[in-house]
Amino acid sequence: MTSTKTEFREVVRPHLPRLYGLACRLVGDRAEDVVQDCLVKAFRNFDQLHDRDAAGGWLRTILLNLVRDAARSQERSADEIPVEQVDESYSLYRKIADEDPLPYSDTLHLDFLSCFSIPDVWAVLDELPSHYRTPLVLVHMYGVPTAEVAQALDIPQGTLLSQLHRGRKRFEQALWEYAEQNDLLRETEEALP
Amino acid sequence: MISCSDAVRQLWDYLEDEVVERDRAAVEEHLAFCRRCCGEVEFAQELRGLLAAAADIELPPTVEARLTATLDELDPDSAT
Repeated sequence: MTSTKTEFREVVRPHLPRLYGLACRLVGDRAEDVVQDCLVKAFRNFDQLHDRDAAGGWLRTILLNLVRDAARSQERSADEIPVEQVDESYSLYRKIADEDPLPYSDTLHLDFLSCFSIPDVWAVLDELPSHYRTPLVLVHMYGVPTAEVAQALDIPQGTLLSQLHRGRKRFEQALWEYAEQNDLLRETEEALP
Repeated sequence: MISCSDAVRQLWDYLEDEVVERDRAAVEEHLAFCRRCCGEVEFAQELRGLLAAAADIELPPTVEARLTATLDELDPDSAT
């Protein structure tokens, strides 16, 4: 095995779980293929990675470019995305307080969120339209700065911030609906002391 | 002073440090007086934590095997 290949393996291996997790949230069943393509492309351009500590962000950028290029021919541009009915003033915090689904809880809002396992959160996110899910995942799940996300998605930052806001509201609504549909609240209420 | 709905609309951007200084000051002025919106802030922080925690994933064995094979099969001549 060549030293370049060995070094590449050592550099990318620690990042594979997060890279695969990101791909799962962005492209679902195609995640393995996309990560595989990402590794091949990254190896071809390994000389462009001058700072090994920046490997995570470098791999993420390559992955995002692959996802964006693949989606470009299929998806509509931001201007063509239909305006959906999103209640932009929706507040899950107020919804929980008003509905009081866990009447014996002293920490109602925290207990509501503790109903959700990580796979539950993934399930809620995966049901969102991609133009809301992708910014949410990149900014709030993976901590990518909004300017970098706007550049990667090839949209103005103002458009991104608007999609993020609407996406958060959709996510909040979807959490409530998911909890109701999957009896999460009843299970939590039964577990309370 | 801004209304609760205006404050709530800006809370996440405020937490992400994506608001201009004037809006930051307006949100903080509102939070100094509004207990309910302080609760909204704390809840938004918890929601951000829920999302961040969901980024951690373990590679399924079959995926790990496939990606390891990909790394093994990389053509050294293709590297620049």
